[in-house]
Amino acid sequence: MSIAIYIAVMAGVTYIIRMVPFTFFRRKIKSRFLKSFLYYIPYAVLSAMTVPAIFFATGSIVTAAAGAAAALVLAYLGLPLIVVALSASAAAYLTGFIMNLF
Amino acid sequence: MKAQHFLKGMTHGIPIFLGYLSVSFGFGILAVKSGLSVMEAAAVSLFNLTSAGQAAGVGIIAAGGSLVEMILAQLTINLRYSLMSLSLSQKLDKSFNTPRRLICSYGITDEIFALASTQPGLITPWYMYGMILVSGIGWVLGTILGAAAGSLLPADISDALGLMLYGMFLAIILPPARKEKGVLAAVLTAAGISCIIYFLLPFISAGFSVIICAVISAVICALLFPRDDEEEAEVQQ
Repeated sequence: MSIAIYIAVMAGVTYIIRMVPFTFFRRKIKSRFLKSFLYYIPYAVLSAMTVPAIFFATGSIVTAAAGAAAALVLAYLGLPLIVVALSASAAAYLTGFIMNLF
Repeated sequence: MKAQHFLKGMTHGIPIFLGYLSVSFGFGILAVKSGLSVMEAAAVSLFNLTSAGQAAGVGIIAAGGSLVEMILAQLTINLRYSLMSLSLSQKLDKSFNTPRRLICSYGITDEIFALASTQPGLITPWYMYGMILVSGIGWVLGTILGAAAGSLLPADISDALGLMLYGMFLAIILPPARKEKGVLAAVLTAAGISCIIYFLLPFISAGFSVIICAVISAVICALLFPRDDEEEAEVQQ
């Protein structure tokens, strides 16, 4: 089968999943419960995607944990996104570098 | 106003651009290993703009899988976007007509959703266009670079770059978690359930796991910490 067909099917399904609720859901939700539910969704989604996946992101739990710890502290202190993101990578890289010395 | 919102969206897209550049770099390498050309890899990234779904999709292409399998895999892994779209649909300002919604639907990724939905007040189409444009360029560019030159980057550097998006996620969720008990509870319960699924129920796919964790923890927090909504009326400046 042509790769283009696979790509078209894949893209179509992914687009429809995003488009239907975004385009056709027009009401403002009034229910306090539903509003609160939707307010908490992004935080819950991001947390679930980060833990425990962050510990397996570098192929070494030790370097990943070092990066995660750096990100945790800097994010807790409220530093900008890009600073936290780059520091996490830098901490993981340095930890791997130091481990290789021994 | 339009230019101002577009510029703000583009600025907010920069960390996503950098994160995507490194993550899609990895996808580019994977796609070429699976037998796609550089152009095909770039097309997958341009038309899908999603990480886990693309990785699974390329695996199905490489294995010569059926289209039914492709559809089911994309549905399962990407269904979380429906939840995000629904949540984000509540934050759109009045200028979001149908064509603008159709355009912005394309760009609802984990990261774009995360930033847009945690902005104070309502969001505008131009803000979304700016953020989607910058992020999308990063995603496609990284894919092309990875597909064309993936083997040139030392493994320890590309491994370390894999942490960037997670670092960004933590930077988004932790500051509000410090301020609001409800957000803290949502973050902790979702992380807890996610670990339980990952270690004890490994047959649940990553895409479904995110949905399960998010729904359970948001229901619990909406019941325990219902919110007042006075701040939702104002449009962001």
